[in-house]
Amino acid sequence: MNVLYGLYQPDEGEILVDGKPLKLKGPSDAIGAGIGMVHQHFMLVPVFTVAENIMLGAEQTRGGIAGFLDRRRARREVAEVSERYNLRVDPDAVIEDLPVGIQQRVEIVKALTRDVDLLILDEPTAVLTPQETEELLTVMRSLKAAGKSIVFITHKLGEVKAIADRITVIRRGKTVGTASPEASRDELAALMVGRNVRLTVDKSPATPGDPVLEVAGLVVDDDRQIRAVDGVDLTVRAGEVLGVAGVQGNGQTELIEAIMGLRPVLAGTVSLAGDRIDGWKTKKVLRAGVGYVPEDRSVDGLVKEFSVAENLVLDIYDRPPFGAGLALKPDAITSSAKERIEQFDVRTSSADAPVGTLSGGNQQKVIVARELSRPLKLFIAAQPTRGVDVGSIEFIHSRIVHERDVGTAVVVVSSELDEVIGLADRIAVMYRGRIIGVVGPDTPREEIGLLMAGISPDAAAATDGGPATDAGSASEDEA
Amino acid sequence: MTNPNPQSGSPDKEPASEAQAAQNALGNTERASTTTAPKPSEPEPKPSLGRLFLDNLWAANTFTVTLLSLVLAVVVGAVLMIISDPDVLHTYSYITARPSDAFSASWTLVSEAYANLFKGSVFDPEAFAGWLNGSNGWQAVLAPISETLTYAAPLVFTGLAVALAFRGGLFNIGAQGQATIGVILAALAGFLLPLPPGLHLLVAVLAGALGGALWGFIPGILKARAGAHEVINTIMLNYVATYFLTWLIVQNGVQDPKRTDAISKAVDTSAQLPRLLGDNLRVHAGILLAVLATWAVAWLLNRSTLGFELRAVGANPDAARTAGISVTRTYILIMVFSGILAGLGGSNMVLGSTASALTPLVVAQIGFDGILVALLGRVKPWGVLLAALLFGALQAGGNRMQSYSGISLELVTVLQALIVIFIAAPALVKAIFQLRAARAARLQTSLAKGW
Repeated sequence: MNVLYGLYQPDEGEILVDGKPLKLKGPSDAIGAGIGMVHQHFMLVPVFTVAENIMLGAEQTRGGIAGFLDRRRARREVAEVSERYNLRVDPDAVIEDLPVGIQQRVEIVKALTRDVDLLILDEPTAVLTPQETEELLTVMRSLKAAGKSIVFITHKLGEVKAIADRITVIRRGKTVGTASPEASRDELAALMVGRNVRLTVDKSPATPGDPVLEVAGLVVDDDRQIRAVDGVDLTVRAGEVLGVAGVQGNGQTELIEAIMGLRPVLAGTVSLAGDRIDGWKTKKVLRAGVGYVPEDRSVDGLVKEFSVAENLVLDIYDRPPFGAGLALKPDAITSSAKERIEQFDVRTSSADAPVGTLSGGNQQKVIVARELSRPLKLFIAAQPTRGVDVGSIEFIHSRIVHERDVGTAVVVVSSELDEVIGLADRIAVMYRGRIIGVVGPDTPREEIGLLMAGISPDAAAATDGGPATDAGSASEDEA
Repeated sequence: MTNPNPQSGSPDKEPASEAQAAQNALGNTERASTTTAPKPSEPEPKPSLGRLFLDNLWAANTFTVTLLSLVLAVVVGAVLMIISDPDVLHTYSYITARPSDAFSASWTLVSEAYANLFKGSVFDPEAFAGWLNGSNGWQAVLAPISETLTYAAPLVFTGLAVALAFRGGLFNIGAQGQATIGVILAALAGFLLPLPPGLHLLVAVLAGALGGALWGFIPGILKARAGAHEVINTIMLNYVATYFLTWLIVQNGVQDPKRTDAISKAVDTSAQLPRLLGDNLRVHAGILLAVLATWAVAWLLNRSTLGFELRAVGANPDAARTAGISVTRTYILIMVFSGILAGLGGSNMVLGSTASALTPLVVAQIGFDGILVALLGRVKPWGVLLAALLFGALQAGGNRMQSYSGISLELVTVLQALIVIFIAAPALVKAIFQLRAARAARLQTSLAKGW
């Protein structure tokens, strides 16, 4: 896709647009050819307004005088496009104040103001609530009705089936097949992996033991010193999986980081098997028997320049048998790495290959292998399968359930509702820094979806507007 | 549903063959990229080993870039010599009439200059002939090497200091200041403490290391605790160190009582690094310490838990922190170790044979040259050692070039700068030599990392 958008140059082959071959030297060529792209990670300047972001890269000057930006015209364009495609955005809102769903809409509007005919959406739903996703699909339908072509890239089979007219499956850089949206989920999954996969997680009922993790009245700030976790109480018992559901950015990240000692606890307590661990250093928490899969593997989970073997000991390099005093034991590290690679089915050319050369799924398996290779009391997995292929998802899920079955307390944080429902024995839904409800895995999806949007079934909890009401009004408009 | 992968039999075997494919794909990227490039449409012929080697060499790996950067620098240096020599330049005014004049004059100038550079730094055939027929001693034969090693020793230390910090993700511009404080403490210990030989030297060397450690610790703790950027702080501390030295030299008890200008007392002979090849050659034990330090840094980086932490923090501080490594502690340690190395480099300047007393310019530019050495050595310990030897050779040879060919010593500085500029711009070198645009240009990222 980055080739299509002109960010990378093709080594071979050609791109045809309207039957004519196209040479793309950069994104501006792509835009010129009517190709627009919405990236998985938004390319917006957080402190600029919507209108400013939209004119970025195509700045209009007032009366053609250099240096004088024509903001009014940008605002007018935004209004026009929003009107035409029914995409409501406020041109004067500052990006960082907007919820992610709206930020994404800004990206789409930005592409549309460039008059594109082909819109590429790269994993657009990863950061959205089920309701926001539904809205996005509605927007895509109306764009389609307006004659635009859309390339929609996603790992999520349900969405593909809901929106696509034609499905192309790519695996290891090759087109491995095409399918119609009538194909079953299992058929699509088999195409993606190259073999038959089980999409549901097989597990026996949990046999919870004593409480392992107890969180009481936890208060944590985020990086901008804004309250992110606001009085959370949680208990996780040995041998059960607690799923933490919620739209990204509702305090899940900060909650977990506070438990891991990566973020200061401002109030409340965290206990591990009876010991207070709040205020402990991360190393001590890890040593106490906590395994942790961070949500962003490339930022927090792995050192990409390091070899697979080195990454497999990233948090135990100084422990026997890998380290003795000040010295490392390279032989022990390598031989243990070979074992892990085998055991966790990590596809790599060798233990010495830089971990950055592995696929996302295999990178994730390296982290899971590292964390599950020592005796644990508590295992915390944040977004354990984000951006991971279906085959690896299956594998990682089975390892998580296995860990539960040997009596470890497990916390799975995921913005992917299916994952939480599939893995969890109990589901805690987080909204705006609080646990808004704890429900069983048999709870209807719609109910959990509403909880994620801050609407608890018995009380109208979301009184202060925000994404929930925003989403509501927008979908009304589109209906 | 049809099996999408034609060459595999049953779906059950798929994972194995997939792993195989991945293995091949990963293992062969190098070969694939080099062999398929010339004729992409043809089925891949099995390349000969020699062909493979040549291909890889020309695929612009960083070693090639380093070598070609040297060549380019030498060429540009030659041009500079020609245009800065009025006599030779004059021959170009009638080049159309008698081109041979211009060419031979240029050739004579350039070849003689570079020959002197070589004779002054590596080997002088005349001295060798003289030794054979008895007109001079063996010392004259080894003199160029001795000079090279003398100049290289402190650069090894400062180069290692910068490289070590670099690997930990810190851009230590402050090797100069750390070396300055190191030289001060080493010299003070050298002429103030009345200690027996041996112990005196040890104490003086350690004092130098301590000074550097202190001057590295300050920006380290500022970075770790207050988030102050080490580039700013180390630059500022360079000034503080330099002016502290200038002030200190003229204080009572420090300044040489027999002198009125800014020079301190001389370091006691008991605190001086022993000369290795007799009193006539300047090479001293500092170069042995330098090799030892190189080995120690290489071990530290690659074979120790501390080095693991350091490299992890350097490559990805977030992941290091998540894995329980204390990033702040590591930053402080990096700067302290870096400072120790730079301080040792500084002590070489006054405990070795280049000078025995403090002057305002006693540390020369070793801290800043250390940055260049570290880059040239591709921030690897043994690479730094080689780079320091090269820079030492350029300086030693430059002295002879100046006195024999009348080429100013500054040209050597220009050469050093050119080498590093070319190395920092691998794309430029590749463009000039038409190298294949393969992987190669990793150096740029190592440069950007510190910021």
